[in-house]
Amino acid sequence: MERLKTVGVERFVILAILLAGAIFLLVGCLTSTQFATFTVQGVATGMAYGALALALVLIYQATHVINFAQGELAMFTTFVAWQLIQWGLPYWGAFFVTLAIAFLLGMGLQVAVIRPVQHRSVIATVIVTVGLFILIDGVVDWVWGGEFKSLPQPFGNGSWNVGGVEIQHLYVGMTGVVLASLAFVWALFRFTKLGLAMRAAALRPAAASLAGVRVDAMLAIGWGLAALLGAVAGLMAEPTTGIFLLPTFMQQVLVYAFAAAALGGLESPIGAIVGGVAIGVLQALMIGYTPQISSQLQLPFAFALILAILVVKPNGLFGRRQVARV
Amino acid sequence: MSALLELEDVEARYGPIHVLHKISLAVEEGAIVAVLGPNGAGKTTTLRAISGTVRRSGRIVFAGKALGRTGPAGTARRGIAHVPEGRGTFAELTVWENLRLGAYTRRGSIQADVNRVMTYFPALAERRRQQAGTLSGGEQQMLALARAFIQRPKLMLLDEPSLGLAPLLVAEIFRIVRELNEKEGLTVLLVEQNAHIALQAAQTGYVLETGKIVLSGTSDELRANDAIRASYLGY
Repeated sequence: MERLKTVGVERFVILAILLAGAIFLLVGCLTSTQFATFTVQGVATGMAYGALALALVLIYQATHVINFAQGELAMFTTFVAWQLIQWGLPYWGAFFVTLAIAFLLGMGLQVAVIRPVQHRSVIATVIVTVGLFILIDGVVDWVWGGEFKSLPQPFGNGSWNVGGVEIQHLYVGMTGVVLASLAFVWALFRFTKLGLAMRAAALRPAAASLAGVRVDAMLAIGWGLAALLGAVAGLMAEPTTGIFLLPTFMQQVLVYAFAAAALGGLESPIGAIVGGVAIGVLQALMIGYTPQISSQLQLPFAFALILAILVVKPNGLFGRRQVARV
Repeated sequence: MSALLELEDVEARYGPIHVLHKISLAVEEGAIVAVLGPNGAGKTTTLRAISGTVRRSGRIVFAGKALGRTGPAGTARRGIAHVPEGRGTFAELTVWENLRLGAYTRRGSIQADVNRVMTYFPALAERRRQQAGTLSGGEQQMLALARAFIQRPKLMLLDEPSLGLAPLLVAEIFRIVRELNEKEGLTVLLVEQNAHIALQAAQTGYVLETGKIVLSGTSDELRANDAIRASYLGY
């Protein structure tokens, strides 16, 4: 009873914090067009963080491993998309072909390099993902290194003017794309037999296999889905953040995605998106209002945030408290 | 009548510890067979060796064909449903989702199957949207049985269904097992510490001690055996 009460109070506090944040943003946007402009931009970049954070959460939920290579995988698939466009595919054709390639690549990597070590220990698996990080970095530098590249604008350069606030088509479009992929993943897990089997395999692999679920295959599909979400994040992050397409361009995004996942709770898909948006907005406001200081301090800020969350609320805003029977 | 399941010199070990020493047993089609024995005798391991959850050597023939090293998922697809100790239900999923998983390997709607299963487990029918973790221990055991039965197995491996349940519930569970056996022709290999109730349900039984089969026979023979009486039945 006592514990239930504290959980209830905690819920209330978290809801209050989120509500206060929303009201703050709303009031800010209504009183200042500049504030609103920063916020809109922050929401859009936050969506990219959220998509990558969601990829991290998917793999963490299934195997309790943080995939450090998630950002580099996304970077790799973004280069693949660039290459496809160079070869003459239209943007959206390249977009969907890239998602398919990302899915197969994620599955392939799980089978080839994760599966052999996953039964040893979590640490072994994490180290393999760090190795993948370095490997992918090297391969991309070797194949596509050299001059700066950038992707074409998927939604054009236009913008709407809403009460003096400039909202780029890009921001709306990419928010839509990320929300659509979130909805796709959610529906897959919620409504399909495959999704149910994947959840079962993540919750209790031994029991799932007794029901005929091939747990290894489920883990591979999970990696495929995560790589697919990462590809969405990479494709959307490149034009939105305005970074050039370099082999390092997803590394910052990955740090923000970590922060987003930590903030939202590593167990919570919704938390990943909410966390991503919160961090994107916070970052945009900070840079917008204190450009001299903040543009230099962006990364330290993200790390400080991760540290603070881990100290104050290790399970994040939406995470479940781990209760273990002693 | 030929045996549905035959074990020949099956061995299993956990690391260096030898748990099963050349176990041989047979389960006739349509029978309920009990494996009795004290804690640590290897009863659970016997079931795990059959379903492929532990490494094993020796020969297992199921439905006329050798059971290779297909792993638990493969064994389940061959028609063996294993209800593990501690039930193996998914506490975080709903009752309906648990049942859906039972029929994972089949295509199409499972509504007809669920309706049929619910006639044996009426208590579950009104709880299908509830999370399995919120069910009582007895209901969870019933859900585990229902989930296994919806797999349409030729053989069900039941590990200590009485564990942690009140006597009335144990009787209810065994009544359902017998009903499934009689009406649906379900073959059951049952592991139990409660020898009394196990021998009531089963036609034949094996007694396992420290990884070896020390005794076998019909339930009546086992009940009449003095050693069994003294050790397991307590009269």
